Amino acid sequence: MSLFYAFLAIIRRDLLLAVRRRSEIANPLLFFILVITLFPLGIGAQPHLLQAIAPGIIWVSALLAAMLSLDSLFRSDFDDGSLEQILLSPYPASVLVLAKIIAHWLVTGLPLLIVAPLLAVFLGMPTQSIGVLLLTLLLGTPVLSLIGAIGVALTVGLRRGGMILSLLVLPLYVPVLIFAGNAVEMAGSGLPVDAQINILISILCLSLVLAPWPTAAALKMSVN
Amino acid sequence: MPNNSTSRLQGSDLSCVRDDRVLFDELCFELNSGQVLLLEGENGSGKTSLLRILCGFREPDAGQVLWCGSAINDSQYYEDMAYVGHLNGVKKELTALENLKVSLALGKAGQYSIAQALAKVQLADFDDAIVQTLSAGQQRRLSLARLLITHNNLWILDEPFTSLDIKGITLIESLMTEHCNKGGMIILTSHHDIALPSVDVQRILLS
Repeated sequence: MSLFYAFLAIIRRDLLLAVRRRSEIANPLLFFILVITLFPLGIGAQPHLLQAIAPGIIWVSALLAAMLSLDSLFRSDFDDGSLEQILLSPYPASVLVLAKIIAHWLVTGLPLLIVAPLLAVFLGMPTQSIGVLLLTLLLGTPVLSLIGAIGVALTVGLRRGGMILSLLVLPLYVPVLIFAGNAVEMAGSGLPVDAQINILISILCLSLVLAPWPTAAALKMSVN
Repeated sequence: MPNNSTSRLQGSDLSCVRDDRVLFDELCFELNSGQVLLLEGENGSGKTSLLRILCGFREPDAGQVLWCGSAINDSQYYEDMAYVGHLNGVKKELTALENLKVSLALGKAGQYSIAQALAKVQLADFDDAIVQTLSAGQQRRLSLARLLITHNNLWILDEPFTSLDIKGITLIESLMTEHCNKGGMIILTSHHDIALPSVDVQRILLS
């Protein structure tokens, strides 16, 4: 029970911090919107081409926005010593780390979901695939946060870990990108997407269960 | 609540090597209830490294740390210890009260309530102040207030007197004496001379 209380306290703390430092919410969201709005300008008056690549554009932008926001996951806690206190807690570090990842997703992943339908309409995506797009984002963006957390935990102690972080994390993001992008595309042609959705669900369940442990272990190495 | 009179922290044959430099070798100590262990030595002599080994952040290159006779990872150690390091471990964007609430949620409730602890470190009027607006000494006292609100027996303090004024130092010394008199134990590093007249202080000089 008190473990659950600690779990909630961490989520509450991180949400409160996000409200006090608004740029943390705004940055990835602005990036997501900006990149997507630039595509029609770059491609020019070719609505069919834009419509065809819309799922890819939205998913690649979401992926890059998630990458951009990753560093903020443990950085400030690492810099001010709060991370040491979290790791010294008698509660299992992996559970507390999961709380931090969930809070991070609520702050950086959830806003993408809210603006995505608007941007999908903007790119001319067919109506029947917008629901599937939202579903893939709902299942996929938490995976990005969970897998990304392992990478950040490994690199948070390095001075300039940004490049290594992307090299570590991007290859692991590829399956999510493939299945999610494919699902949205198939939905656009009116085909069933159950298989892709099921795979995304299983990736989410797997990473939800497996990601917190290596993250906590990597953090313990990083604070050393 | 420091009521366990049988707790004991032992370090046996500890050694630490950093960048091919031996910081200390075959270091042994034993700390019992009511005692203070003061680590002395120049900058870079391994005081902080030793504290981090005792916290379990770092593995000793040889030897082991025992809490009540068992290795720290297999025992109740983390329920019984509290650490205040170089870094305060408080979030600058939160208020003093919010910070302490999080600390309390991460541990088990201790001897004092949050309000009592804030009064003890003379921050009673600052509970709603954003930590960023507090002075360095006040932030330090806030991070030391964490020791009072959670259940713990062993305090590990790295330079606890940094940025505290003379009044603050006396205050923390009296809290430390109170903790030891109740059977708690303290390991600390300090460049200041500490005045703990009624407490059994062991010293280790690292060189």
